[in-house]
Amino acid sequence: MSTISTSARADRRKARLWRALMLSVALLYVAVLLLAPLGGIIYYALKEGLGEVGHTFRQSDVRHAFYLTAIIMVVTVIVTTFFGIIVALVLARDRFVGKRLVSALVDLPLAVSPVIVGLMAVLLFGRGGWFEPFFAARGIQVIFALPSMILVTIFISIPFVIREVVPVLQELGMEEEQAAWTLGASRLQTFRRVTLPNIRWGLLYGIALSAARSIGEVGAVLIVSGSLQGQTETATLYILRAFDQYQEQQAYIVALTLASFSIVMLIGIETLKRRASREAG
Amino acid sequence: MAGSIQVRGLTKSFGSFRAVDDVTFEAAEGTITALLGPSGSGKSTVLRMIAGLEQPDAGSVWVAGEELTEASVQDRRLGFVFQHYALFRHMTVRKNVAFGLSVRRVDKGTQRERVDELLELVGLAPFGDRYPDQLSGGQRQRVALARALAPRPQVLLLDEPFGALDARVRQELRAWLDHLHRELGVTSLFVTHDQEEALELANEIVVMNHGRVEQVGPADAIYNQPATPFVAAFVGASNVLRGTVWERHVHFGHSIVAGAHEIPDGAEAIAYIRPHDIEITGEAGSTSFPVAVERRTDMGWMSKLHLRLEDGQPLVAQLPNEEIVGVEAGQRLFANLRNPKVFAADRADDESATVPGAIVAPAETETQTEAQV
Repeated sequence: MSTISTSARADRRKARLWRALMLSVALLYVAVLLLAPLGGIIYYALKEGLGEVGHTFRQSDVRHAFYLTAIIMVVTVIVTTFFGIIVALVLARDRFVGKRLVSALVDLPLAVSPVIVGLMAVLLFGRGGWFEPFFAARGIQVIFALPSMILVTIFISIPFVIREVVPVLQELGMEEEQAAWTLGASRLQTFRRVTLPNIRWGLLYGIALSAARSIGEVGAVLIVSGSLQGQTETATLYILRAFDQYQEQQAYIVALTLASFSIVMLIGIETLKRRASREAG
Repeated sequence: MAGSIQVRGLTKSFGSFRAVDDVTFEAAEGTITALLGPSGSGKSTVLRMIAGLEQPDAGSVWVAGEELTEASVQDRRLGFVFQHYALFRHMTVRKNVAFGLSVRRVDKGTQRERVDELLELVGLAPFGDRYPDQLSGGQRQRVALARALAPRPQVLLLDEPFGALDARVRQELRAWLDHLHRELGVTSLFVTHDQEEALELANEIVVMNHGRVEQVGPADAIYNQPATPFVAAFVGASNVLRGTVWERHVHFGHSIVAGAHEIPDGAEAIAYIRPHDIEITGEAGSTSFPVAVERRTDMGWMSKLHLRLEDGQPLVAQLPNEEIVGVEAGQRLFANLRNPKVFAADRADDESATVPGAIVAPAETETQTEAQV
């Protein structure tokens, strides 16, 4: 009798020990890889006080860099959301020859280095590229200008909305939509009132990831933009240059701003989602 | 407001599989009709084609005398109830019921009145502000029904409406739907694999198998005068006895049943005999034959008797206990086989309606187990 309870107690202790071990590994992993760098940036960015922050934001090249980043992000989010939903609906609902290929192609931007993406854009739109004569004849500057920067950022951000929305659509099935049709709802009404509310959290996540990715893009944009200070320099390119020119303080401040934006966005979505699921019971 | 449903020559293939093959029937105005068949018999596809959710390869669909074959789902204005409810999970019960009205831009006041009226009708008035995942299966199905009825459809189509529910709730909902139909009189067509459900609820039954219509008729005709071996085997429990035809009678050993009118002498035939169509007597009569009682299972008010004919074929009888007082295993008695349904054996074999076990209703229906032979 006593031996049984002793061994049972030993088992329980072992289980507790395992739990504690797993928990500490997980926390340590997150802390070292995520919190430490973030803490470092916060520390260095604010080391010289808020005066330095204000000073940085008054610089015209910093403002222009943020302005460019914002434009690229907004356009990228609009385009990847609109087409992402269409591609997701097709991938989740339709059957066609080559569907697997399309599904794999969608992930391509994740697998290809952004630097290569930038090079491809230069090959297509740069001097002697396939599409260069077309745009040159119309006086449109693509390479070393905003259009190519937006283009490569969109390319790199394509997968996020699609990858978040497709599984939600598959799980949802078609019955609710068919029920809406039998009740007289048009395709557009059905999308707006049935499909969209059902995929909204996946979609929002995809949009947030898309936005975060477009803010953070460096490699491809660096190659196609030429990184001209005050002209084609995004916030991340500014950080690169500031480091090179020993203006580390400004680099940290801009980096912290970008990171904060992304974090606030993700926390915001998480909060909305939790509130919505509480309302729904 | 109700209309008849007519289906003419409806045909549909999925790839090389012919799911629905030349199906024709009519559901009269104000009636309940059942599409009854085993899974894969094409009954749901027929329903979905009527609703416009599938396009037929050939044939036409008519509702209230108007052809709808080419009409869009939206324009057909038919109520459809899905097996798994298909409620809008992000909307409250009220919003679900109001959906068909609000997409047609009915004014808010009318919407509110109609929703109140329907929630009252389906007995869910206190649950209007709940979400679908806060309701039981039976409640969800009633919401789905209210939602389908809200725009006052001409006909109501129900796809296995009770299929996802447990036996007790299914019984309740069945009685309730019957009551509701009497009250509203909307022409209803429902798909089911449960013959008991079809026999109890429907004015007319369309029995389907392998994409074809086997028989159309009221419950008693389907049950008592099956047109094909499949119907005899599928609807209601039956004993399957194999014998040889002589002079319009089927002979198995010394036992004989009548009814083989169109089968030539010497041919094999199958007789389907209901367990309650067997009469047990102590003495031989002109129409009764010796049987051995092998087992008696008492089920309270009635018993199942496992019998064996002289030629070795098994037979199960179901009789009220008061009619078989003193009958026990081991006795040799006499059985009178009434109302046999006789078909040529090759025909029955073709429809694989002769396999013992296939003789009873599909195994999915729990309510059937008591009648299993």
